[in-house]
Amino acid sequence: MRRFSWFNATSLTFGFAFLYLPMLILIIYSFNESRLVTVWAGFSTKWYGELFQNEQFLDAAWVTVKVAFWSSTIATVLGTMAAYIMVRAGRFRGRGLFSGMIYAPLVMPEVITGLSLLLFFIAIGLDRGVLTIVLAHTTFAMCYVSVVVTSRLVSFDQSLEEAALDLGCTPFDAFRSVTLPIIMPAVISGWLLAFTLSLDDLVIASFTSGPSSTTLPIKIFSAVRLGVTPEINALSTIMIGLVTLGVVSASLVSRATAKKARADEQAAG
Amino acid sequence: MNWRGRLLIAIPYAWLLVLFLVPFVIVLKISLSDIALAIPPYTPNLKDGFWPMLSVLDLENYAFIGAGAVVAGFAGLVLCIAMYRVIFPRIRRAMLPETADTIFDSAAAALTALAVAIVNVAIVVAVLAFLFPALNAFVEIPDFLYFAAYLSSLKIAVISTFLTLLIGYPIAYAMARAAQHWRPTLLMLVILPFWTSFLIRVYAWIGILSTEGYLNQLLLSIGVISEPLAILNTPIAVYVGVVYTYLPFMVLPIYATLDKMDDSLVEAAEDLGCTALSAFWLVTAPLSKPGVIAGCFLVFIPTLGEFVIPSLLGGSDTVMIGKVLWEEFFNNRDWPVASAVAVILLMILIIPIVLFQRNEQKQRELEG
Repeated sequence: MRRFSWFNATSLTFGFAFLYLPMLILIIYSFNESRLVTVWAGFSTKWYGELFQNEQFLDAAWVTVKVAFWSSTIATVLGTMAAYIMVRAGRFRGRGLFSGMIYAPLVMPEVITGLSLLLFFIAIGLDRGVLTIVLAHTTFAMCYVSVVVTSRLVSFDQSLEEAALDLGCTPFDAFRSVTLPIIMPAVISGWLLAFTLSLDDLVIASFTSGPSSTTLPIKIFSAVRLGVTPEINALSTIMIGLVTLGVVSASLVSRATAKKARADEQAAG
Repeated sequence: MNWRGRLLIAIPYAWLLVLFLVPFVIVLKISLSDIALAIPPYTPNLKDGFWPMLSVLDLENYAFIGAGAVVAGFAGLVLCIAMYRVIFPRIRRAMLPETADTIFDSAAAALTALAVAIVNVAIVVAVLAFLFPALNAFVEIPDFLYFAAYLSSLKIAVISTFLTLLIGYPIAYAMARAAQHWRPTLLMLVILPFWTSFLIRVYAWIGILSTEGYLNQLLLSIGVISEPLAILNTPIAVYVGVVYTYLPFMVLPIYATLDKMDDSLVEAAEDLGCTALSAFWLVTAPLSKPGVIAGCFLVFIPTLGEFVIPSLLGGSDTVMIGKVLWEEFFNNRDWPVASAVAVILLMILIIPIVLFQRNEQKQRELEG
């Protein structure tokens, strides 16, 4: 163990201050009484009240959650399938193209993905709305899911699966009762990642949404272009709170599971 | 393979073909057509039939956005990479056979390669213009806006990647040196902002950087400045935004390599007479190179096509290619030009993406 110098302490302090101060300021000023966002005029929760009266924001929030739920669910199924193929299917015709299509969306600028999907939807005559956003989000989110699941599939002992097959399982049964439970943590985190990505996406949703299907990021973006408003601060605070709650509880659960797994291993060994 | 296996492959394969590959082909096609006051606003389109469509395709959108210059630059860059990967190592081996591969060598190589690249671009442009007078219309830059947008996107991406490295490296280093039981918590603290909405994190800086924002209030009240600074709507605000939002992408891969590193190597260097600083330069820095490279690519690639940050934090004079594409599409409704911009942006991105993949693959082979 090497000493923890003052240099390291300073860079950690400044680094985390840089990462967290802007969000902290945002949260504090969401409780500001004044409409002038930069002048503190006393504590108040009135902007939260106004937010919950704003029909447009509530509608947009509902559309966003619906899109995120469906796209992340379909993306998890497709992404897990893709990961399973990449790791287990061996050689098949068109494998190179397949792996290219799996990795390309991860590094593709969102403006290009959005533009190409919009032009595609128009070319086939599909009206833009919730369905088109779901299709678009599913396509890029499944690639993230497949990367997360692949890393888990690579690391686990394949002989467990072979044992199940030797003992008379059909491939599907072996997948359901052996492989799936083992890769489940990765599948769940893939779903969460897909859900967050969809919740967060502005660019692709802007290209693929129709007039009747505005998502929350699109609403926030058009409000934010006119400057800082206390309602948006309140909305941001709620979103930051939800994400923090989710991430902290997920990491506590995974730490507890890891501890339990270690204890089980020790008990077995 | 039985039919079930085939079906398993067919479903995600078909999905990606239809919703990823086919849309691209459409972009490529529309980039070769003309703008029209119609719905959809370009001609010819598929309704006119396939052959009439094919016969009228032309390159004028590409000429309009100065693609010739970009293609020349692209060719120069390929040459430069060939220099760096093939020719430079040979020269080095011939001249300095016994030196160790340190980070200094790579920096020197990169600088040489950059100089070579600039010369290359000039040569390629000159040769093209000389050989094909007809190409002149294609090579000269009809609308400087687009070319300026490519260059300024490149500049902003390079500078902000460098700044992110400068800020991210010490954080990753300190995390890897922290006590073992602290590391999971520190790691979570770095990952948490990544899960928080990108838009909200960029938005948070508007309130800080604006003329009557918190930063100016603070600086005015402690008397450092007498007049508020104009930071919002300048390139500086864009740098701040990029560094802030992409910092986790830099910290995580560097932390991963530093965390795996064997501490005893540094101790050995110090026992053998290195100062702490030279031990860092000779041992830690070269060993963390893969993480640094991965982090730089993870920041550089998305920054190049960034839209949200320049449009919220940058001014009207901060042109980036992602923003240009957006405005061309939504404000000017010029779909063919927007498509051409997308194709060229993708072409520019292919080099860093391929280099990144190779770096990752090399790492996997070393570990595997």
